[in-house]
Amino acid sequence: MLRLEKRPNPSQFWNYATPVVAVLLTMVAGGILFWVLGKNPFEAIKLIFWDPLFSEQFAAYSRPQLLIKAGPLILIAVGLAIGFRAGIWNIGAEGQYIIGALCAAQMALWFYPAELWIVFPLMILAGAFGGWLWAMIPAVLKTRFNTNEILVSLLLVYVAEKILAAAATGFMRNPEGSGFPGSRNIFNYSAASNQELIANSGLHWGVVAAFIAVIFAYVLLHRHLLGFHVQLAGQAPRAAKFAGVAPARLVLLCLGISGLMAGLAGMFEVAGPARLITIDFNSGYGFTAIIVAFLGRLHPIGIVLAGLLLALTYIGGELAQFMLNLPSAAIQVFQGMLLFFLLALDVLSNYRLRLMRPAPVTAPAPKPSTESV
Amino acid sequence: MDLSSINPVVLIASLMVAATPILLAAIGELVVEKSGVLNLGVEGMMIVGAVSGFAIAVTTQNPYLGMLAAIVAGALVALIFAALTQLLMANQVASGLALTLFGLGFSALVGQNYVGIVPPRTPKLDFGPLTDLPVVGRIIFGHDILVYISLLIVAATWFWLNKTQGGRVLRAVGENHDSAHALGYKVTRVRILAIMFGGACAGLGGAYLSLVRVPSWTEGMTAGAGWIALALVVFASWRPWRVLAGAYLFGGIMVLQLNLQAAGFRIPVEYLSMSPYLITIVVLVIMSSSRGRRSMAAPGSLGRSFHAAG
Amino acid sequence: MKRRTLLTSSAMALGLAATMGTAALAQDEPLKVGFIYVGPVGDFGWTTAHDVGRLAAVEHFGDSLETVFVESVPEGADSGRVMTQMALSGADMIFATSFGYGPEINAVAQRFPDIAFEHATGYLQEAPNVSLYNARFYEGRAVIGHIAARMTESNVVGYIASFPIPEVIMGINAAYLAAKAANPDIEFRVVWAYTWFDPAQEAAAAEALIEQGADIIMQHTDSTAPLTVAQEHGALAFGQASDMSSFAPDVHLTAIEDNWAPYYIRRIQERMDGTWEADNVWLGIPDGEVVLSPFNDRIPADVQEEANAMIAAITDGSFHPFTGPINRQDGSTWLAEGETAPDGDLLGMDFYVEGMTGEIPN
Repeated sequence: MLRLEKRPNPSQFWNYATPVVAVLLTMVAGGILFWVLGKNPFEAIKLIFWDPLFSEQFAAYSRPQLLIKAGPLILIAVGLAIGFRAGIWNIGAEGQYIIGALCAAQMALWFYPAELWIVFPLMILAGAFGGWLWAMIPAVLKTRFNTNEILVSLLLVYVAEKILAAAATGFMRNPEGSGFPGSRNIFNYSAASNQELIANSGLHWGVVAAFIAVIFAYVLLHRHLLGFHVQLAGQAPRAAKFAGVAPARLVLLCLGISGLMAGLAGMFEVAGPARLITIDFNSGYGFTAIIVAFLGRLHPIGIVLAGLLLALTYIGGELAQFMLNLPSAAIQVFQGMLLFFLLALDVLSNYRLRLMRPAPVTAPAPKPSTESV
Repeated sequence: MDLSSINPVVLIASLMVAATPILLAAIGELVVEKSGVLNLGVEGMMIVGAVSGFAIAVTTQNPYLGMLAAIVAGALVALIFAALTQLLMANQVASGLALTLFGLGFSALVGQNYVGIVPPRTPKLDFGPLTDLPVVGRIIFGHDILVYISLLIVAATWFWLNKTQGGRVLRAVGENHDSAHALGYKVTRVRILAIMFGGACAGLGGAYLSLVRVPSWTEGMTAGAGWIALALVVFASWRPWRVLAGAYLFGGIMVLQLNLQAAGFRIPVEYLSMSPYLITIVVLVIMSSSRGRRSMAAPGSLGRSFHAAG
Repeated sequence: MKRRTLLTSSAMALGLAATMGTAALAQDEPLKVGFIYVGPVGDFGWTTAHDVGRLAAVEHFGDSLETVFVESVPEGADSGRVMTQMALSGADMIFATSFGYGPEINAVAQRFPDIAFEHATGYLQEAPNVSLYNARFYEGRAVIGHIAARMTESNVVGYIASFPIPEVIMGINAAYLAAKAANPDIEFRVVWAYTWFDPAQEAAAAEALIEQGADIIMQHTDSTAPLTVAQEHGALAFGQASDMSSFAPDVHLTAIEDNWAPYYIRRIQERMDGTWEADNVWLGIPDGEVVLSPFNDRIPADVQEEANAMIAAITDGSFHPFTGPINRQDGSTWLAEGETAPDGDLLGMDFYVEGMTGEIPN
């Protein structure tokens, strides 16, 4: 019988080894899937993991695209991770992302077409504020009424999506767009445009913000008293109270930070890669970021790697689709498998796997503490 | 355009049909959450049920075999989630989201050869002359078998949760898994079974869409029904009869707004459609703020991993 | 930029574009054409229709054509990336088949001036190598409007609409005008579903309309659900995008099919020959781009004849579904006697014509 035994401290070795093993396992399982679908598995795997990074044909373009795709994921996930560490579950980042983008877009549209330098900074503020505000709803309800923040933040995603649809077809519709849904092209409005900072580098302000956020989170979590409080609240809520952690303040702070970052991500996206508000402007970044946060083990550096890995499967997946005529569903299944393996193998860093024979005569009886129910 | 053109009998009869998929998925998720597990993969399990049920129904030309297959398929994909979260201690939120991603892709892959095919028909139950009774005829005796089965499942779930030893164990596990473990209950086993039940119900709900409601297979055809089911469980404050009421209310709002539009009323659809979620939040706030009524709040261990420390 | 000004600016762009395709392609290398779809190829609606067009081109050109496609590409940044990667993989021509790809296609086209870009249902032309194509679905809607008006007994037609955008409003108006011409007592009931595809909700909408007295259902959403509901309730219905008669054999009267094959074959041929030029075309029944599925035998012979006559008249240009006098819903004049609607008006249509009840949500 296999038994799990909790490690006193997460294993350093497995911390680094599990993602690698998970990716390898996904390659094998995915290879079998592609083979069953009648495609060359080696070519498919190469297209997904190798070509976007190193092929002569695509890499020069794909590598910067990795940053563009991973930027919002990292920015949102870092914010979420701070809350997750404290046991505060904001799963409504998708909604905060939408509201942040809407607020920023509205700000830009108020100024349009004035070419003032102030527009972009104001949009950043508006985006951050919008995301923060949307996250404050579950936060205040939690602190005031003890309402479950998982559920409220999730429900608010649907509300945000409806507001988005109303905006794109109604109050934010481009007056010069012949009645088509969608706002003005904000990217083309240069005062509001989130351009690449260095041409063809993929580096736009959102990516910069993501890296600032990573450093900020790292310092906060590892060098600051608040990080200690967050950790304590997550692992031992009662001890945290004795240590003087105010739970309500922590909830407001954690949800606020994660909402703010999600809102920022929405702002940089609408002013940059997405260009404008459309009916389905949100492409699931908020939900994917939750997965990224966990894959990165709630650690800022881990999140950067997880975000880049996931972005790679998106970009490489597209390549595999049109180079090999793979259905998009196959790529989705492939990504699902990758997540399953990553989540499954995570157990190795926190638990020790013990092989136990049922009632061995010579060996000492298993300690009760190793028993899994 | 006057209100009298809207026939309440027909409205009720059609909202029952409209609500059945989300009712089935929600009652399953309710049991899962009662056991202390939050499975956000409802949408994924539903769509896997929808495609499996459809494929088997088309192959065997028997819709009931299809529904059976959907139940099995739903339970099987739920087992992936169970293995991840219960045996391998993976985070429930992330695992649930991964399950939805996987389910959407997997169903699309399986369903490629079933697009544009007409499934065997699921007949309405024949109650003979009873169906022609005024009022009750259409509401009570005018449906297909799954509408009745869904009601039966709700009743059975209520009975089982509240009146049997098994139900008490499940609730104890969900309220506080450490105490439940101390009492000798098999926390992990209970949860795995609950998760599989949730998957089975979600699968059946998906099959209701692909075999009865629509009936055809198209990629992504659940179109968010699984997420509504999740909201519904909260709205119902984890009580089976309220899940029923909530599902009929959700279904009712949708059917009513469509009927009002069809009758020529100008209603702000784009804002009305967000009302169920706002109402759910309000209900949630009222529930959690009323002190002393702890039974109405979320199960104590909801979303937390359990590992017996000894 | 207004649609009308675009029509002229694109004409100016032609001069720039004319030379683009002339670089003779090596004859032994097949032409590589990429397609970007917004939905899955198996959606049995919009995307399936485009893919059928692609496959027809493959069939037509054989070894001299290589096609690639990516399905379910979200609008926005992702579509731009897919297009760029296709361009880098050596595509000579790219068809992007959703309205929302507009901003991206224009950006990518500026980067790859040697690739021919074709954008379905779009309105932006910011590069000389971006061509626009669209279908006059409203011509088909006029025909089914006529059939509906001649076959209804309750004089109420139910219409399931998706979003309040010009394309959809234009369709409602076209169907209504043709219906009213054939039957002055006709009434249209419109339900806005605010979705292109949600089978469960579309089914509920069809039920609501039938309950409100409609005995014929038209839809501008993609699923087959309204047809099955109609079949169950004994109401009549029309298919959308492809022949959906297998789902409701008794009540499916006909369908407005999107037939992109002729256009795709012609444009690919032009690209091969080096004669491809950016254009802005809006084709319909006369060009075989909008096709009505075989009529159900339930349509009486005289109605079939009338419908066929209408198709013939649209084909030879003697009939335009929007021919004055037509007033707006508020009674103001839109088209004077004998005047036909300018394309710009249709593409920006945000009003009901006179006689329609209800309001367009906004």
